[in-house]
Amino acid sequence: MNPLLAAFETSYFLDQLRPDSALWNAVGLTVGISVVAQLAGTLLGLVLATSAMSRRRILRTLSGLYVWIFRGTPVLLQIVFWYLGSNLLFGFEIIPRDLDLGIAIISGNVLAGVIALSLNEAAYMSEIIRAGVLAVDDGQLEAGLVVGMTEGEAMRRIVLPQAARLIVPGLGNEFNNMLKTSSLVSVIGVTELYQNGQVALSQGFKYAEVFAAVACWYLALTTIWLLIQVQIERRLGRSDRKAGERFFERLFGVGGARRTYS
Amino acid sequence: MSGIPIVDARDVVKRFGEHEVLSGVSLEVAPSETVCIIGPSGSGKTTFLRCLNRLESIDGGTIEIAGERIGTQLGSDGRQQRIGKQELAAQRAEIGFVFQRFNLWPQLSVLENITLGPRKVRGRSREDAEAQARELLRKVGLEDKAHAYPKLLSGGQQQRVAIARALAMQPRLMLFDEPTSALDPETIGEVLDVMRTLSSEGMTMVVVTHEMGFARQVANRVVVMDRGAVVEVGPPDQVFGAPREERTREFLSKVLAH
Repeated sequence: MNPLLAAFETSYFLDQLRPDSALWNAVGLTVGISVVAQLAGTLLGLVLATSAMSRRRILRTLSGLYVWIFRGTPVLLQIVFWYLGSNLLFGFEIIPRDLDLGIAIISGNVLAGVIALSLNEAAYMSEIIRAGVLAVDDGQLEAGLVVGMTEGEAMRRIVLPQAARLIVPGLGNEFNNMLKTSSLVSVIGVTELYQNGQVALSQGFKYAEVFAAVACWYLALTTIWLLIQVQIERRLGRSDRKAGERFFERLFGVGGARRTYS
Repeated sequence: MSGIPIVDARDVVKRFGEHEVLSGVSLEVAPSETVCIIGPSGSGKTTFLRCLNRLESIDGGTIEIAGERIGTQLGSDGRQQRIGKQELAAQRAEIGFVFQRFNLWPQLSVLENITLGPRKVRGRSREDAEAQARELLRKVGLEDKAHAYPKLLSGGQQQRVAIARALAMQPRLMLFDEPTSALDPETIGEVLDVMRTLSSEGMTMVVVTHEMGFARQVANRVVVMDRGAVVEVGPPDQVFGAPREERTREFLSKVLAH
């Protein structure tokens, strides 16, 4: 048997999964960074998508440039840039060392990580939102206009809710990715889940146990997210007979939304 | 014709790029009048109808609805300027529009489809808007479908809901864009019946249609369009019975032959 596996200490592994373990604290930071970055990225993505579909050329150009740059460079590089690079480039730091919110102090590296992930995410969400909006038939917007809504109102009340159904699967993918990609902020010293695993390693050098535990934690997070995503999709799909598959159908691919022919 | 016409379109010109879709179309519609617009496809009927509530902007001519210029106003420099979004929306709220493909909002129930405009645009209360919606559903014969979603309805039922949705805004003019062209033959009649009732109740209506029987029976006047221009206007008996223009005869011989 592989000596690493032969020496696997199951009890040590299980200890890492306990809510009072060192890893548990890091789970909170991973979730916090991911949720904030995804929310901010989605909101900024909405602005970018709206600009991309604007009648004004300058807005379309700016949005295109943004997506081009942020999607075209590694997120790892962007994280390092917001933390260190701005000092080299501009001679001053864009992001303060620490941010005192009154109730809590957010350290500079966490802030830089969240900002980098948010800005990067916005580029991807912009494309997902744009595709969703464009997939809604023009007649839906016009039906809003003819009962006296402005274009903005019709967009908000009619088109976006319909686009949401098309956006959520993509958003689900993105957030699943975000939970794991957030591990990259470890390079600027944020002790999120992955980095905390590294710390745990230095204490006992039990590679297999710690990495297995870290993997389990990520899997738990993405599983919980899938559970939430399925609920959102069911809610948004109330008017559609095809929607409405349940969690286990989704997880194991039994039943659920196959293509239906009518 | 007495008083101000509900629709007063003069020399309307519309281009899509180089292509001139409307080359000087004029039409007056009196209150309570029903006007049917017929003509071969590509003649500009639908585009003209969409210009009437400014779903399309126009490149020449003028359109007034109940005496008010739609989409523009006289600027201080004496030229027509576009009005604001809110003002245009308020003008459109007075004009009902029924689409060929219904365009009901699929994520909303029938009742919500009908009440959204009155509640969000007119600011009416939910109770008030729902009471009115139920009354309108009774009128179009769908009182039992209030809580159904559009997908579960037949084409004819969806189009009747769409008519109810337009009526809920209490418009002074109803525009119909080929309202039965997307329907199965057996459901066309139920939609035309609703429109016939509306017309007899004195609603002012402009109907782009291929239903020659309906135009003949219900219209006060029939407009024949071809290649972006009005070919002939007259009472249905004249247009269908004794058309004056060669192009009208040509068109009618094609659509009435089978």
